[in-house]
Amino acid sequence: MLLIPCPWCGPRDEAEFHYGGQAHVAYPENPAALSDEEWARYLFFRDNPKGLFAERWSHTAGCRRWFNAVRDTATNEIHAVYRVGEPRPVTA
Amino acid sequence: MADSTVAVSMAVPIAGRRSPAAAYAARFEAASAGGGLRLAEIPFLTQVNLRVDPKSPAAERIGTAIGVPLPVEPGTVAGGGDLEALWLGPDEWVLLAPDGAAPGLVARLTEAAGGEHVSVVDVSAQRTTLVVAGDRARDVLAHGCTLDLHPRVFGPGRCAQTTLARAGVVLVAGEDGFRLLVRSSFAGYVAEWLLDASVEYAGPAAGA
Ligand SMILES: [Zn+2]
Repeated sequence: MLLIPCPWCGPRDEAEFHYGGQAHVAYPENPAALSDEEWARYLFFRDNPKGLFAERWSHTAGCRRWFNAVRDTATNEIHAVYRVGEPRPVTA
Repeated sequence: MADSTVAVSMAVPIAGRRSPAAAYAARFEAASAGGGLRLAEIPFLTQVNLRVDPKSPAAERIGTAIGVPLPVEPGTVAGGGDLEALWLGPDEWVLLAPDGAAPGLVARLTEAAGGEHVSVVDVSAQRTTLVVAGDRARDVLAHGCTLDLHPRVFGPGRCAQTTLARAGVVLVAGEDGFRLLVRSSFAGYVAEWLLDASVEYAGPAAGA
């Protein structure tokens, strides 16, 4: 079980959170101009690194806020958490 | 229209009104007989959900209007007695007051909001309040709560939205124990769970 540090509430049990996938996926500026292939790429294609990954989490059973976390997908270690709107911190 | 009688409880019984954990009163009392633990329901508290940007003039006016500055530190409670403000999120609070205070409180908040981007909702019927108090309160809650409940971390003046035995609760720490704000539809489940978790503590307190 992970202990995830919500940037508002502090460390909480993983069961209080929901996962939201890769962070910093920008919504297309003009979705209507995209081809089906480009739209599908925006909707369904995500990075799948072994190592550090910036991802979205929601503290659903707590403050109900979305935030971002940098998690090592190989070790599950969480290297940083930051609030929506804040830039991704530099992590080793 | 704001009025100054907001804290006066309307003691008029409302026909047919029954609190969500009313059926557990006798069993709560029995479980409290040992002295190490006290279970009870505080029915019908006024609960008003408030959403407002804490940096806005409206938030400041609201703090002045209710006489309690909205707490901005996560997981803290401001005020006391007849009006408490519990931090639920960076722009969300729940205000607790005695039974019957909702109409006046909502009116005061709405007036202080002054047409700004503020949400004021009377959610009194959404949850009931359970008391888990006494020397054994922490031990009982620890059976189903992942928070560190040590007073050094979660002492009086602190609150948290979390889960107890997988049910969503707002946990409020006080001098003598905890209050649990539990959704009405979960009140029976949480009451049963508390009674079950209390069995081993129902006797006299250790050392007593
Ligand atoms: Zn949180």
